[in-house]
Amino acid sequence: MAYNLKEEMNKKERFYAGHRLCAGCAAGIVCRGMMRALKPEDKAVICNATGCLEVSSFQYPYTAWDDSYIHTAFENASATASGVEAAYRVMKRRGKIDPDGQFKILAIGGDGGTYDIGFQSLSGALERGHDFTYFCYDNNAYMNTGTQRSSATPRFASATTTPAGIDSVGKKQTQKDLTQIVVAHGSPYVAQTTLFGNMKDFHEKAHRAIYTAGPTFVNVLTPCPRGWQYPADDLLAICRAAIDTCVWPVYEVVNGEYRLTYEPKRKLPVEDFMRLQGRFSHCFKPGNEWTIEAAQEYVDQKWEELLSRCR
Amino acid sequence: MSIRERLSGNEAIATAMRQINPDVFAMFPITPSTEIPQYYAQYVADGRVDTEFICVESEHSALSACLGAEAAGCRAVTATSSAGLSYMNEVLYVAASLRLPVVLAVSCRALTGPININHDYSDSLAERDSGFIQLYAENNQEVYDNYLMAHRIAEHPDVRLPLMVCEDGFITSHAIENIELEEDAAVAAFAGQYCPENYLLKKENPLAVGPYGISAYYMEARVAQANAMANAKQVILDVAADFEKTFGRSYGFFESYRMADAEIAMLIMGSSAGTAKAAVDELRNEGVKAGLIKLRVFRPFPGEELAAALKNCLAVAVMDKSEGFSACGGPLFAETAGACFNLEKRPKMIDIVYGLGGRDFTVKAAKEVYARLSDIVKTGETGPVYSHMGQRGADF
Repeated sequence: MAYNLKEEMNKKERFYAGHRLCAGCAAGIVCRGMMRALKPEDKAVICNATGCLEVSSFQYPYTAWDDSYIHTAFENASATASGVEAAYRVMKRRGKIDPDGQFKILAIGGDGGTYDIGFQSLSGALERGHDFTYFCYDNNAYMNTGTQRSSATPRFASATTTPAGIDSVGKKQTQKDLTQIVVAHGSPYVAQTTLFGNMKDFHEKAHRAIYTAGPTFVNVLTPCPRGWQYPADDLLAICRAAIDTCVWPVYEVVNGEYRLTYEPKRKLPVEDFMRLQGRFSHCFKPGNEWTIEAAQEYVDQKWEELLSRCR
Repeated sequence: MSIRERLSGNEAIATAMRQINPDVFAMFPITPSTEIPQYYAQYVADGRVDTEFICVESEHSALSACLGAEAAGCRAVTATSSAGLSYMNEVLYVAASLRLPVVLAVSCRALTGPININHDYSDSLAERDSGFIQLYAENNQEVYDNYLMAHRIAEHPDVRLPLMVCEDGFITSHAIENIELEEDAAVAAFAGQYCPENYLLKKENPLAVGPYGISAYYMEARVAQANAMANAKQVILDVAADFEKTFGRSYGFFESYRMADAEIAMLIMGSSAGTAKAAVDELRNEGVKAGLIKLRVFRPFPGEELAAALKNCLAVAVMDKSEGFSACGGPLFAETAGACFNLEKRPKMIDIVYGLGGRDFTVKAAKEVYARLSDIVKTGETGPVYSHMGQRGADF
């Protein structure tokens, strides 16, 4: 059935308003979209890594989640999900739960809980082949503790542990390409997306990931107004700039087959993405022109690599 | 009818697990507990159990997977030792605070440095504040029996806390001894089923687990957890009473050995108790009023009961098989001395740290400890309160 935003928005909300995420944070939109991607008749268990989302969405005695939810620690959302998924299998087999109706096991974490401290747990769960979907809301740094750099922080971004200064132009290393690493695990469905247009791309990927058997992964670029330093209103403009500059290519990998799901008509210069955010402001100072050139060179190289995989 | 067998402690635990057939077993190998999941993997391979057996990539993930499974509504188990237990440390606290009654078998082994695979309690006693119930055993029979009681204690509605069944690495885990096993059906009936009221996979009523608890709520959660640990005392005794009625073997918080008229006594844990009992017998033959208490339950700590059992002694040696690096005594000493502090008339008390990293403990060594106690009684001088035994001298 073709995607229809109006119909999707008429679905019952499963991630409620009243959570404590910042205005202009994309994580709440990711959660709402993730839950809308479930068939209304299906239930879910959400396994959440410690982070902004966890402390903002389940502060005792309130929860924003309509479905079952578990948070145990920072680095083990995938291992916790593995246990829930194993439990689901054995409880069905042993007749401990009603075999009718379906539970989907979802895990969600930020880039800290996914790219870095939670990476071992994620890799283990992918390798073991649990039937679950991991959503990474990648906001490019450890935002819950105040914008410390992560392996997802792009080169030249100023973070509180890689600040720009007289002798520094921000983070020295490029972003870890986690999506490719997940593809290398042989996962049957891997996708990269962000929030743009009428959310069709996000919705279709989330739905396909959730309803593909086995360990699946959706990496969502999720801007953070505090860490990226932009006015809350600019959220969608930044997402759009990320895909139109190819800083964050939007694609999916189905059983190893690559497919671009969005290709900009005209690939914009990377500075159109950087200029919108305070974390790159030092790159625009006289003498630092080379940082924008280097950023452009890296994006071009990664984009060409991706295009060659998609051919 | 009991079945006479010869098993190692690890195989005894694996056998108990097979008989209970838990829903989920998440494993990661570490010496000397590795055999437990290995035996279990064979039971799975041979179709003797239908547990979901998950080979995870670390101990941290093993316990995390157990938490997911328990919260989802399952009985979940794992096993570990030493560094593996330390690696679980963070998740141990989460397990207890989420009130998820995971049962964890620990083949107790020294912590690294230097790296050492042999027995002491530096791993399990370091987790004394984690909120796990801890049961210890002298021999394979006690390990097996503790395991049969473990789920019933942990899952009891008044308790709902995770539990460690501790055995002595290599000494108990690998040594093969005679053992009385119970019949599969009798064990399954005794252990019963885990039927939590609320769980993640309850379709008609979703559950939220693991909130952020601000200052306005955190303390209530912790006090509730502390109350649960206090409640565990009665439940441990009740389950032991039912166990005795069902299988005939008797258990309490500790075993008192020749304590009725004892003037000097040793408080000790695990397999060393067997050695020390031999020393007590020899001393009794020599007319020395020596006794021994072997602690089975370290968490909850039976402080009042221990104080009552020790109150008539003149001198007591607490035997610590782990260094606490407090520079004033090991963890068992600190708790025992604390428990006895409010006695009207309390015994002199010394702490002896022994047996670290598998250092041998002999009948002769135990008799030396009792000789020190006799000397304290005779002279009225306690001497050094905290000392080590069995190590080479300073000229080594």
